[in-house]
Amino acid sequence: MIDDTQLDIEKLLTFYECMTKIRRFEEKACELFTRGAISGWIHPSIGQEAVAVGVGLQLRKEDFIVITHRGHGHAIMKGISLKKLMAELFGKKTGICGGRGGSMHLFDKDLHIVSSSIVGAQIPLAVGLGLSVKYNHENRVIVSFFGDGATNTGAFHEGLNMAAIWKLPILFVCENNLYAISTHVSTATAVENIADRATAYNIPSIIVDGNDVIEVYETTGKIIKQIREKNSGPYFMECKTYRWRGHAEGEMWELYRSKEEVERWMKKCPIERLRKKLLEKNPEISKVLRTIDEKISREIEDAVKFAEKSPFPSLTELTKEIYVEAQ
Amino acid sequence: MREITYLQAIREALLEEMKRDERVILLGEDIGKYGGAFTCTKGLFEIFGPKRVIDTPISEDGFVGAAVGAAIAGLKPVVEIMFAGFLPLCMNQIINHAAVFHYISGGQIKVPIVIRTPVCLGMGAGAQHATSPIAWFMHVPGLKVAVPSTPYDVKGLLKQAIRCEDPVILFEHMQLYRKWNRGFVPDEDYIIPFGQADKKREGNDITIIGISLMVHKALEAARELAKEGISVEVIDPRTLVPLDKETIIKSVKKTGRVVIAETDNKTCGVGAELSSIITEEAFESLEKPVKRLAAVDVPPPVSLALEKHLYPSTKDIINAIKELL
Repeated sequence: MIDDTQLDIEKLLTFYECMTKIRRFEEKACELFTRGAISGWIHPSIGQEAVAVGVGLQLRKEDFIVITHRGHGHAIMKGISLKKLMAELFGKKTGICGGRGGSMHLFDKDLHIVSSSIVGAQIPLAVGLGLSVKYNHENRVIVSFFGDGATNTGAFHEGLNMAAIWKLPILFVCENNLYAISTHVSTATAVENIADRATAYNIPSIIVDGNDVIEVYETTGKIIKQIREKNSGPYFMECKTYRWRGHAEGEMWELYRSKEEVERWMKKCPIERLRKKLLEKNPEISKVLRTIDEKISREIEDAVKFAEKSPFPSLTELTKEIYVEAQ
Repeated sequence: MREITYLQAIREALLEEMKRDERVILLGEDIGKYGGAFTCTKGLFEIFGPKRVIDTPISEDGFVGAAVGAAIAGLKPVVEIMFAGFLPLCMNQIINHAAVFHYISGGQIKVPIVIRTPVCLGMGAGAQHATSPIAWFMHVPGLKVAVPSTPYDVKGLLKQAIRCEDPVILFEHMQLYRKWNRGFVPDEDYIIPFGQADKKREGNDITIIGISLMVHKALEAARELAKEGISVEVIDPRTLVPLDKETIIKSVKKTGRVVIAETDNKTCGVGAELSSIITEEAFESLEKPVKRLAAVDVPPPVSLALEKHLYPSTKDIINAIKELL
């Protein structure tokens, strides 16, 4: 954790609030999934919240994010309301995509959120968004999120190369959580640091502690400023992190990793680390943290209520919007 | 009206739409100074430069994905896939992304891309370059599929494809690029709406539905048979998705006899779908079973001696018609 941060306490409290919001939202979603309330799968990012928050807080409304099957945190940071997100997970009409997308396919035209649940496919999409932004001389940044597994797809390599040759305003954020479902990065990937792969495409890169929200935030800030102001082309940030739960909720993660390993990483919890830091700065702050916690609990309760009360899409929705222009 | 070739018609459509709409960009391999493997984009780089006529690396999955992303952000990318045989390289972005984004986003996202690509049988291009995979794309909700056979049709349909807000796959055919394929095209701007079949020849005894190159073989057969007093109606659907069922069914009801000729393989080909529709919707009008003529179910071999037998010939069409009469 960066100890000499110049960030004020308000900023740190914002980090705390955002990370806690994502954590509690996903914990609740997991619980609801187990109860059978959710359509499809969910892929919690619990343990990785510092990346979504550290990057997300550096973005402007007009910036694009391209997210994956594990995208709740990024979507929340880009501004999706918990109500619309929870309703989408429930497959309800009031969800952000009317229930047709679900957890793995989150889109918001106004918040500029694009997604794909196909691992690696997000990267060419980000390239295209970058191409358009550059074509129109817009001052917007695209952040392409993906995991370590995506970096073994052809789409990743094709995408990075195109981003580099066309000098596009894209920040590639690899959340290296060590596992592609059950496959450990060391058995599937020939380099120790995935950031090394960016070098092959002449893209500058950096490795950060993905469980340190301050480091993620400050590093992202510097990179984005450079992309925005100097038109410096793409950048690659590898965030070393870990998911605490299974690839998808309900999965048997005990089959491929030890309890000890998971516990070791849980000790590096990004939220706990920040809480400690805040308490060191000011022991009185625990009251403030409690107030934040309570506010989030209420927000999540409201989101669940909203989702539960919302209607499912009617049958007429099944065959609508296959095409923009009627046949 | 001027008489131009199919290739000229493609170039004119691209040129006019790029002039008309600044959002239109071209992406593909060797489409810049080189003008495309079949010269479809010849001269456009000189007019619009590298910003709008973008030579891509050999990364079909990557640049089709980039086209999808650019379309989401508001551009109108027209992608050239050098050979239809290369489509499998970018299927993920076409099938799992371009086709579904509008629907799964609850109608928020639009993906107005055009993918143009030629089927390349007739030059010994072989099993990886010469295939005709048109029917695969009819199977995918969210895509539109165009199969223009004449200069007039390709210009009007390509212009419409570019103006359309949905993803369109437009199949050309290498043999249609040849000099014989000339036709009259208006001087002024025009488009052809999707879902409007064209009756290429009026007749009463039998209906042939021709797809792409096969329209011309069907017309040849019809001219031959006219000499024997057989009146053949030739229908060119022009777009397979959406499909002008009405024109097809009306013709079937008139003639009671149907031959379908296509460049895809017979198994699960375009004709399989068309004949199913005809039996479902006009069974009682049929005097004889629907006859399908298609490419032989083999990977296209390189040897011209073998390849020339792959597609139904004009003679095959004539024989099929006589069988049904």
